[in-house]
Amino acid sequence: MSGPAEGAYAVSPRRVGAMMLRYWYLLRSSWPRLLDLTYWPTVQMITWGFLQYYIANNAGFFARAGGTFIGAMLLWDILFRGQLGYSISFLEEMWSRNIGNLMMSPLRPIELILALMAMSVVRLAVGAVPVSFLAIGFFGFNLYGLGLALVAFFFNLMLTGWAIGIFVSGLILRNGMGAENFAWSIMFLFMPLTCVYYPVTTLPVWLQPVAWALPPTYVFEGMRELLIHHAFRGDLMIDALALNAALFAAGVFGFLRLLESARRNGALIQTGE
Amino acid sequence: MGAMPGPPPIAVERLVKIYKTVPAVDGISFSLKAGSITGLLGGNGAGKTTTIATIMGLITPTSGRVTVLGAEMPKQRYRVLQRMNFESPYVEVPMRLTVRQNMIVFGRLYGVEDLGRRIAELGRQLDLTDLLDRPTGRLSAGQKTRVSLAKALINSPEVLLLDEPTASLDPDTADWVRAHLERYCRERQATLLLASHNMAEVERLCGRVIIMKRGRIEDDDTPAKLLARYGRRTLEEVFLDVARGGGIQSEAAQ
Repeated sequence: MSGPAEGAYAVSPRRVGAMMLRYWYLLRSSWPRLLDLTYWPTVQMITWGFLQYYIANNAGFFARAGGTFIGAMLLWDILFRGQLGYSISFLEEMWSRNIGNLMMSPLRPIELILALMAMSVVRLAVGAVPVSFLAIGFFGFNLYGLGLALVAFFFNLMLTGWAIGIFVSGLILRNGMGAENFAWSIMFLFMPLTCVYYPVTTLPVWLQPVAWALPPTYVFEGMRELLIHHAFRGDLMIDALALNAALFAAGVFGFLRLLESARRNGALIQTGE
Repeated sequence: MGAMPGPPPIAVERLVKIYKTVPAVDGISFSLKAGSITGLLGGNGAGKTTTIATIMGLITPTSGRVTVLGAEMPKQRYRVLQRMNFESPYVEVPMRLTVRQNMIVFGRLYGVEDLGRRIAELGRQLDLTDLLDRPTGRLSAGQKTRVSLAKALINSPEVLLLDEPTASLDPDTADWVRAHLERYCRERQATLLLASHNMAEVERLCGRVIIMKRGRIEDDDTPAKLLARYGRRTLEEVFLDVARGGGIQSEAAQ
């Protein structure tokens, strides 16, 4: 009885597009949802921007490390929003009690994953792009000045966000809405360990291998290298990509196993708490 | 020489579903003929929803075999999910989307050709034309039920599974829904399995009734034969006999 169903990996762009359309309809029907996409990144950007401004005027080192904090904040937001954007679109199905309709339709789980990934990019674009322009206006920090490095940072952070989002969706499918809190809070577990605002060497020696096992650590270290020493460390990005490939595969595998378990346990028809 | 008959639209063989240690379905078997309407009756916890969810491939059986249009569920579900559909009070269509948007999304998921025409057709048939551009969440309970039914019919399914399709509807709307289902199955030669607590509904629609209790099939026959066998005038009385363990009243009627 176990193992994937026949044709489970036959991806149809039409079905993926249908799901993206569903989320787009939802997004544009609700101004609070749209506002929510920009509200928190804006608050974060302003808070960290002022902190950066204060420190830059009081410490010689940070004066040289121009934009480190605000850059870290914007990149952290890509990671956080990548995961949250994925998870919220998924949660919309749970909140609206539509997941049963989808699971009994020809939609493949892998197609649902692809649609949710694509929508997390759309949601991030709606939320983060205006904020990145505000950062230029308020603090003179141009995220796009990072150039091609930004593409490498973005892709690696999104991959991590998706991997975590996919796995958390599986947890919610299997365990019901009682697991919803993971969607909101799991990324904060990564915040101290991935060294968003400080170098890995700040951590105790015994904890540093844990940090280096997490792909975003390489991105944040790479960003500091770029902003402080003006050097793009391609090796860090390749290491991050390799770790991300493993993490993403583990996330998808975990989701499919949890979905199969939900099918065995009847969790798909009891999607409440 | 006549054509070989195809596989039954739904065949359930010795189906068992145990949640941890609790048996929800305990070794049931039945098969349905193409174009038939069958009622699945039983009290709460009798195993109706588990049976329907297993037929849809939403639950993996502990043992036994379920096939739909010849495909084994859930292993081969993607062969046939496009040709079946369902409605249940346990699921809803997204409330923030308009009726038309929901129909577009589900129509594309099911690969419906000429979707605009199909939506217009369902709008006419289910009296939804004036509601197509309204958010589903702002409709009355009866209108929402018609939207759920439209979603269930969007792909003109050959196999339709309905769990309490007229629950919470006023008698007029419920009667209207029954008439539509009857017409749809007749015209499309679709097979309908209907779980319901509404005995009048089952009597009116179903050519066959399967009565479940504690995960097992207690009886399985046409409504007329069940009434005769139990010596009762209504299916509700038969249901109460089975539910309360009263058993068969009229042995002679067998």
